[in-house]
Amino acid sequence: MDNSLKLHYEIPGDDFALAGEASSNVKKILTQLGVNPAIIKRVSIAMYEAEINAVIHANGGTAEVEIDSNKVTIIIKDEGPGIPDIELAMQEGYSTASEAVRELGFGAGMGLPNIKKYSDNFEIESIVGKGTTVKIEVWLKP
Amino acid sequence: MKVKEFAEKLDMVILTGEKGLDKEIKKIYACDLLSWVMSHACKNDAWVTVLNHVNIVAVAVLLEISCIILPEGVDIEETTLKKAIENNIPILKTNMDTYEICWRTHEILR
Repeated sequence: MDNSLKLHYEIPGDDFALAGEASSNVKKILTQLGVNPAIIKRVSIAMYEAEINAVIHANGGTAEVEIDSNKVTIIIKDEGPGIPDIELAMQEGYSTASEAVRELGFGAGMGLPNIKKYSDNFEIESIVGKGTTVKIEVWLKP
Repeated sequence: MKVKEFAEKLDMVILTGEKGLDKEIKKIYACDLLSWVMSHACKNDAWVTVLNHVNIVAVAVLLEISCIILPEGVDIEETTLKKAIENNIPILKTNMDTYEICWRTHEILR
């Protein structure tokens, strides 16, 4: 792979039937490219969690994915309510998800910690009232 | 063990037709918190969950789980079933509870 591969996905809001489509698609592409399965698993988990966050908290958003020979970069952007206290949001077990969402098996307060855990580089920017951008990078080479 | 043989041995109902029945089950995993499942379940697990909404299929696809098992007669949602068939993920149903499923699976897989 000399050139990078760029992908764009729309993440629909409040549609759990489609949540995970973008991550599944990226997983398929990485599999076709012959990427190490352990790395694919990390990308899949981190991206899925970020995608679900956009669906649950921000009525959807967009995902920009870039794959080159060194790394996978995923930027998930939403125009949701934003996160007032990122440090608090990063704590495992902290969640603002609704009761209805929790009943679906989400909202355990593990989303952001999982993203951080499975990324090689993780950045989050959030402005209350404007939205949140999450950047995930996973190296393809050890 | 293949999903088909597993379902027959434990007398489980296969809800998704012939799809994915040749997948290999290596061990069993049970949990109902999706983020927890995402970070702890493994490829080729049979996954027991009472969750029946469509996102269990997305999780199963991403982790390459061999099949989803609904315990204690939990019903499936129509959209979940459709998505599972589309994605080649078998869904099995049983009246056994999670403990019994895991115990009997251990017996037949060991």
